[in-house]
Amino acid sequence: MGRKLLLEHINEPGIQTFDVYRQKGGYRAVEKALKSMSPDDVVEEVKKSGLRGRGGAGFPTGMKWSFLAKPEGVPRYLVCNGDESEPGTFKDRYLMTHIPHALIEGMIVSSYALGANTSYIYVRGEMMPQIRILERAIAETKAAGLLGKNILGTGYDLEIYVQPGGGAYICGEETALLESLEGKRGNPRIKPPFPAVAGLYGCPTVVNNVESIASVVPIINDGGEEYAKIGIERSTGTKLISAGGNVKNPGVYEIELGVPVEEFIYSDEYCGGIANGKRLKALVAGGSSVPILPANLISKTINGDARLMTYESLADGGFQTGTMMGSGGFIVFDEDQCIVRNTWNFTRFYHHESCGQCSPCREGTGWMEKVLYKIEHGQGSIADIDLLWDIQRKIEGNTICPLGDAAAWPVAAAIRHFRDEFEWHVLHPEESQSRNYGLAHYADPIKPVAQ
Amino acid sequence: MAEEVVKFKVTIDGIPVEVEPGTTILNAARQIGGDIVPPAMCYYSKLEGTGGKCRTCLVKVSKGSEKDPRPMPKLVASCRTTVMDGMEVQNITSPDVVEARKGVVEMLLINHPLDCPVCDQAGECKLQDLGYEHGDEGTRYEFERRTFERIDIGDKIQLHMNRCILCYRCVFVANQLTDEREHGVLNRGDHSEISTFIHKALNHDFVGNVIDVCPVGALTDKTFRFKNRVWFTKPVDAHRDCPTCAGKVTLWYKGDEVLRVTGRKDEYGEVEEFICNTCRFETKHTSDWTLEEPTPVDHESVIGANHYLNFNPPSVIHEDKKLQLANEEQLARTERLK
Amino acid sequence: MLSIQENQPVEFSAALLEQFGEIVARYPENQQKSALLPILHLVQAEYGWLSTDSMDKVAAYLHIQAIEVYEVATFYTMYFLKPQGKYMLEVCRTGPCCLVGAEKIMQHIENRLGVKEGEITADGLFSWRGVECMAACGYGPVLQIGPEYTFYENLTEKSVDELIDTLRDKAKQQA
Repeated sequence: MGRKLLLEHINEPGIQTFDVYRQKGGYRAVEKALKSMSPDDVVEEVKKSGLRGRGGAGFPTGMKWSFLAKPEGVPRYLVCNGDESEPGTFKDRYLMTHIPHALIEGMIVSSYALGANTSYIYVRGEMMPQIRILERAIAETKAAGLLGKNILGTGYDLEIYVQPGGGAYICGEETALLESLEGKRGNPRIKPPFPAVAGLYGCPTVVNNVESIASVVPIINDGGEEYAKIGIERSTGTKLISAGGNVKNPGVYEIELGVPVEEFIYSDEYCGGIANGKRLKALVAGGSSVPILPANLISKTINGDARLMTYESLADGGFQTGTMMGSGGFIVFDEDQCIVRNTWNFTRFYHHESCGQCSPCREGTGWMEKVLYKIEHGQGSIADIDLLWDIQRKIEGNTICPLGDAAAWPVAAAIRHFRDEFEWHVLHPEESQSRNYGLAHYADPIKPVAQ
Repeated sequence: MAEEVVKFKVTIDGIPVEVEPGTTILNAARQIGGDIVPPAMCYYSKLEGTGGKCRTCLVKVSKGSEKDPRPMPKLVASCRTTVMDGMEVQNITSPDVVEARKGVVEMLLINHPLDCPVCDQAGECKLQDLGYEHGDEGTRYEFERRTFERIDIGDKIQLHMNRCILCYRCVFVANQLTDEREHGVLNRGDHSEISTFIHKALNHDFVGNVIDVCPVGALTDKTFRFKNRVWFTKPVDAHRDCPTCAGKVTLWYKGDEVLRVTGRKDEYGEVEEFICNTCRFETKHTSDWTLEEPTPVDHESVIGANHYLNFNPPSVIHEDKKLQLANEEQLARTERLK
Repeated sequence: MLSIQENQPVEFSAALLEQFGEIVARYPENQQKSALLPILHLVQAEYGWLSTDSMDKVAAYLHIQAIEVYEVATFYTMYFLKPQGKYMLEVCRTGPCCLVGAEKIMQHIENRLGVKEGEITADGLFSWRGVECMAACGYGPVLQIGPEYTFYENLTEKSVDELIDTLRDKAKQQA
């Protein structure tokens, strides 16, 4: 069994409540940080830990914190990104539902480190039950004197508020989230300036994912160096993986970074293999926007090394043969799934969620969806596949925010690895409406490429 | 002694220029002028906060600055990226930029109705120019174009949402020139539309400027609607003593009749000074105005192509009485405007 | 839940206004616009949807322009700009849920309720629609019902039938 830092006490009855959480050693990090460490010490520990943003981009959290501008007399804000909406990802929901105090504790320590006296947790509006849970947790913590004025007699004041979203994936992008928190449409801002300089209400702001903030707690408790001992290379610590799709045991798992992908899929400790005894066809390893991989690139990299659950190993081979850790949304496809249909579905998602601000994304996502719909329904042509490739290429990198890339990558990867399945839809329009392409050759060992 | 002004040196398509710190790449390019100026559909220098959305002005930064020469990883919106000292930028010399821009033009056109023959903006439409200068021939889009329900926003301004490219300029006009914004961008994604939500006439003193800033035919002058093609009208600069605005305008004549009044536009199609609704809609007689001179018109433009500035009668006219008679009116006007 | 007809004027209750006040207090001075999304949720919970008049009154309360409220209410998908069934069944239609049968569930709901996506049943009790990823991919297929967004997971045709029956009974008892 790997070490559990976030979910260690998840099965403890009543861990949702302040009292049980406290009994299990909760809020030690608040005591330690506020009483014996300076804010800079806390930032230093987080830097040492090597913690990388758990929302998807994987940017080192400590470095992000150290960019925060600190002009005199201007408030600074910490905003927690709880807008979890990336298809395949449901770890933050799990954390907020079952162990809300882990997030509140992380919020207090992180706010202290950044010098914020008001912090917001922006939670997607659909998670109203989680919003209620967090509000209750905040009230409990406040009643216990760990939040509010003069926390633990240290003179540090902090208020935390929960803000509901209104239903928009784009608000997971940090500047769109800030716009939304200011009561506006969730249009991402044009950067620079970055939030670290001008964020919420024009003040210096750090936006961090729920899991990143919760991870600060074990980092402060055990020290950054201890945290960094877990994992491999620049993938340190533990990570929550949301496993879904056609696996036997879907759910949220805390893994030590470095677990082999094969073990994660097939071991009973984690996913327990493919559901209903079927065979693995494809994997989206980090949420719908990361490149999909065919079965023969999942367990091993193109060089034949075991593929591990780390930022580096998942990305091994670049987009040609690798993928990304992303937000840890692990979607498994069995042999009966149709890649064309899924690509159309994902593209419909991005089309639906595009804010409409910049032209390539606003127009391009809808165009791709229409072309994919055509192919999926047996009315496409071979030229349509090339057209799709070209449209995604014209969107990628040319938009205001990463939603353009997120919409382009799944289409590019699907065509890159599953082009013959697309062609089969085109060449067998009737057959493709009555049966799936199946596993085909996607699990065949890859022939070594001659240099 | 005057203090030494720090200037940043930036090179665009190999042409160096020195600009003040804080200048955007686009404005640095405009200081150079000519073909290397990136097109801009949403940026408007007179409206704070515009730009970044249309992506037509994307350029490649091949060298970040003298201090940090690394190139920028992606193409950047030149209207919103400020120059650094020693920066090197590629616009028309970069195949990546030309290709990406072609893509943006195609995207902007897939849902545009291409109803130029019945559009009042035709002839002074920035999207026409953009398509002509930076686009590809034809389209690969084969689906039905997006349409919106028509809404009425009063008797002065005509809204054709189908033509809108969502540059947001008109929203900035309402925010920055009027004290109450009554229209905005509703819905999202490719359903986004300029609307008032409830039926409402826009009639704030300065709201008519949405017509001048609109790069396409989405917001046009209802009092000019279907009156004439712009290339058959003759622009003349004029002014009047207006209590509300600077009163400096362009009058668009057909014969002796003023068909429409607009702000005076510079070479990038931006008005020099915003004008009030009274000047625009209510004062349409020559007697309301002091005429200055024919508005300088780019020779390449459709208006120029209609031989406006100097009616250059083909020599055959000089020798043919019949032709002279047929062109009497045109010749007389040329004399008048000389 | 009250229900209002189109464009009928609304008057926010004292209790609702008190909640508005608590929300506004979360933000710095002059940043009351931040309260817009949470307040719209409260108004929708009260009336079932957002009428033009209710949005105008929110604008007046927050000292912002009405168009700013319309812009926000039309951007976010959770806000209804026309009346819905008393119970709005929102089923996740995104990839991971479709891998485990969400499309069948939606088809079943359509058959069972006898109305198409976005329509309201004759008795005014139900409407349904597909929504994008609800971040519950491991528990799919899933659906949620506002205004508290109660969550139903691992749906089967049978569990959907039971849910609809339970809601129908609940509505009967309330009537």
